[in-house]
Parts: sequence; structure tokens; C-alpha cells
Amino acid sequence: MKDIRFEGIGKAFPTRGGGQFVALDDVTLTVAEREFVAVVGPSGSGKTTLMRMAAGLDHPTSGQVAVGGKRVTAPGPDRAVVFQQFALFPWKTVRENIAFGLRCQGAPRAKQDEVVARYLRLMNMEGTEDRYPHQLSGGMQQRVAIARSYAIEPDVLLMDEPFGALDAQTRTVMQEELVRLTRREPRTTLFITHAVEEAVYLSDRVVVLARDPGRLREIVDIRPTRIAEGWDEMAIDAVMDLPSFTHLRTHVWRLLRDQIRPDD
Amino acid sequence: MAQLSPLERWVLTLLGTIGFFAIWQGVAASGLVSHNALPTPAEVLATAWQLSFEPFAGHTLLQHLAASLGRFAMGFGLAALVGVPLGLAMGRWRLLDDIVSPIFEMLRFVAPLAWVPFAALWFGTGIGGPVMVIFAGALPPCLINAYRGAKLVEPRIVEAAQVLGASGPRIMAEVLLPGSLPSIVAGLRVSAGLAWQSLIGAELIVASAGIGYVMVQAQSNLAPSIVMAGMLAVGVIGLALDVALRRTETLVKARWGQA
Repeated sequence: MKDIRFEGIGKAFPTRGGGQFVALDDVTLTVAEREFVAVVGPSGSGKTTLMRMAAGLDHPTSGQVAVGGKRVTAPGPDRAVVFQQFALFPWKTVRENIAFGLRCQGAPRAKQDEVVARYLRLMNMEGTEDRYPHQLSGGMQQRVAIARSYAIEPDVLLMDEPFGALDAQTRTVMQEELVRLTRREPRTTLFITHAVEEAVYLSDRVVVLARDPGRLREIVDIRPTRIAEGWDEMAIDAVMDLPSFTHLRTHVWRLLRDQIRPDD
Repeated sequence: MAQLSPLERWVLTLLGTIGFFAIWQGVAASGLVSHNALPTPAEVLATAWQLSFEPFAGHTLLQHLAASLGRFAMGFGLAALVGVPLGLAMGRWRLLDDIVSPIFEMLRFVAPLAWVPFAALWFGTGIGGPVMVIFAGALPPCLINAYRGAKLVEPRIVEAAQVLGASGPRIMAEVLLPGSLPSIVAGLRVSAGLAWQSLIGAELIVASAGIGYVMVQAQSNLAPSIVMAGMLAVGVIGLALDVALRRTETLVKARWGQA
């Protein structure tokens, strides 16, 4: 397993007036091995850019990102990404989508079949393996995308608002399933979201970003409370009714609310 | 105007065709034009029939057509094999786009016929020259449509393939190609039409067998009915090619549209 280290990350874009827009300014953050860290922040705080840098899809203008001690320069199969819009291959079946990464690695057919079957079972999607993405609901499509990422057994999982395109009920189900999956197969995870409850419910730590420029505002530790109260064994609605949960959620929410301006 | 039913449209097509031949027959029979310049439709059809059995310029009409179709298939196939992958790669990799685009943008304005002298000098008048001319005519639509198709593939899908560890060739074959297939098939249809047109042009000058060669030989033999029989054959085959490719295009779009 590998950790993710953001060291003094800055990202600036030139603007038309000859100046520059600073999207991220001096962000230093470490996601430990097997840790689940959620990043919340108002739009324009650069949270997606941060994730894309860890993936190697975007590059900082200053500082560096290292995964497992190695500087990130390009995408690699040690880091899997789950996108908000699922990004499944529309011309491939569920089975082919999940097996794609393994095929790229040259895994034998038997191994591919075994992994596909395992994730179909884990994600409660048995019987859908020969369907095409457009024949599935949004929730099902995102399950395929998550399975596709887990299937390559990456050291690091990067999720960019993966439940943002789902309806509220599906979202709750998916959050519960993700908790189940991550406790069963913990991986170093960076989870981008703008939903405060989701961040607090899923993660070990919640990172709150400020915007203009995107900076680290505060890191809220959730893990001690989660462990002490046994959240992982409880249903999601029961967790969200706990005073400790409400307290943490309100704390994160206040950190965000300070930054929201009347024109939002 | 009210929408026409398929039957009414068929009737109009039929009327148009009959009208065309009637006017042609009328002008040819009136004596206003010399019979040596304009044979009647019946004579042209009879000539086409006759050429199917009796060799002219060394071969029967079908043999000439077979020679032409062979060249067409080679030039068009080569253009597709080069144009589609190159277009996809240019759509994906900016660097390649910057290198190839200026040269391509300049060369595509050289009409297929304008390639004839160059093609004859470099590749001869046997198989190479005509194929080169057809290739020049057929390449641009293959390349441009593959390029546009690749540009329209959802960037997230390409990124998803990248982070899952797909190599460049695999991204081309399994992401860009299927993602831009409707656009590519549309390009191939235009390309086939241009290839067929360029072929006749190429053969007028360089070949030693083929439908274009037949027409040039007939011209020097002062045989207008053979010239026109050749034109008829070219038109009919071009139309058949287009109809077949249009069907394929509709089919691909229907299957891909829902995906």
C-alpha cells in the first residue's frame, strides 16, 4: 500500500488581462496508507484539481505530489480514478468494463473472470455482466465504475464526487456500500465531495479547503469518534442521528459557510 | 407542402428517370444534333450489352470494370488504413496534430486529377500510378472524419482508459476507434465516392485496362455510344457503392446511437 503526499502544491493559470488566477496555493497534505480522506470545499477551491494531480492527469505549477515516495508525472495503474460522470466505455459490457484494467496488465483470462465475478458479487450486481452501461441505472453504472477501479487492485483510489450525479436515495445506498467495501478492502483513498454529511460519514479525516486562492483551511479528525462509537457496524441513518456525528458535521459546515458569499 | 409518402416519392423518382431518357431520345432522334455525337439511349444500352460479351480494347466490359474495381479497392483501402489511424492519433496527440496538419491542409487542395502527372512519374502507369491518384482523392475525408470523431470522444473516457493503464495503441483501438465509429463511417462513404471519381480520372490518362481506359479508346475510335456506355457503367456502380455505404452508415448510427 502507498501513501499520497502533497508538498507545497500551487496551481496558477494565466488570465486574459495578463495576470494570473491562483487555483491552489501552498497545499501540504498527507494521506496515510489505507487512510480514507475526504476533501470538501466551495466550488473554485481547487479540490478536483488536487485529485487530478494525484492521478497524474493535471500538474502543479509549484510543489510536487508523491505516491508511495515516487513523484507523480503521469497516470499509472497504482492509482485508480472514479469519475463523477462514471466514464464507462459505452461500447463494452459490464464484464468488459470491469476487466479492462486487468487486460491492460496482461492478466490471464481465468484471473479476469475471477475478479469480475468477485466484484459483481461484492457490489450486488450479479446477472448484469452482459449488459451495456446505457441499460443500467445511474447507481448501477457507478457501481461498475467503482468495481472497475478496485479490479486493478490499485494502491490508491481517487474519487471525484462519485455520487454527485445520483439521486438522494441511491446516493445513501452507495455511501453505505462504499463504507462496507473500504472497511473490507481498505485502500489509500482521496475522496472529493461538496456534501458535508457524506464526507463525515465516509472518512477518517475531512480536509476543508478555502477558496481564492485554494488553501488548506482545517483538517477535522473523524476516525477516533468513528472507532469509539462503532459507526461501521451501524446503518447510515443511525450514524447520522448520533450527537457526535451532528457535532462534527456542524463543525465542518461552519468552516465552509464562512466562505460563502451573497453572490453564490 | 404536405409530406410525400414513400410511394409518391418512388413515383417521382421514376418519372424523373423516364423524363431524362425521353428528352435524350427526343433530342437524339430529332436530327438537331449529329448522330455521331449523340447516340440514342437504346443504342447506348445495346452497346453496353454487346460490350459485355465482345472484347473492346482487349477486354470485355466486365473485365474492364473488374480491373477498375480492383484499383478502387486498393486505393480506397490504403486511404482508410492510413487515414483513419492517423486521424485518430492526430485527434488524440496535439504534437502530431501540429506536425501533420499544415502539410495535410496544403496537400488536400491538390485535386486528385492534379496528382496524375506526379503519380505517373513516380509510380508508373501500371498499378502504382492510378492507386496513388485514388489514394490522394480518398485520404482527406478518412483522415478528417477520424480526427473530428476522436476530438468528440468524451475526454473522461479517454482519461479513464489512461488511469487503468491502457497504452497508446490500445486507447486508439478500444476507445477512440469505437467512440468515433459513426463519424468514421460517414467519412468512408464520402471517401469511397471521391475514390471512384478519382479512379476514372486516373484511368483516362494512365491505365492500360479499366473503364476509364475504355472511354479514352472509344473517343479516339470515334465511338460515342461506347463512351456513353462507359459513363453509364461508372454512374451505376458509383450509385450502387453509395447506396451500400449509406445503408452501412445508417446501421452503425442506429446501433451506436443508443450506446
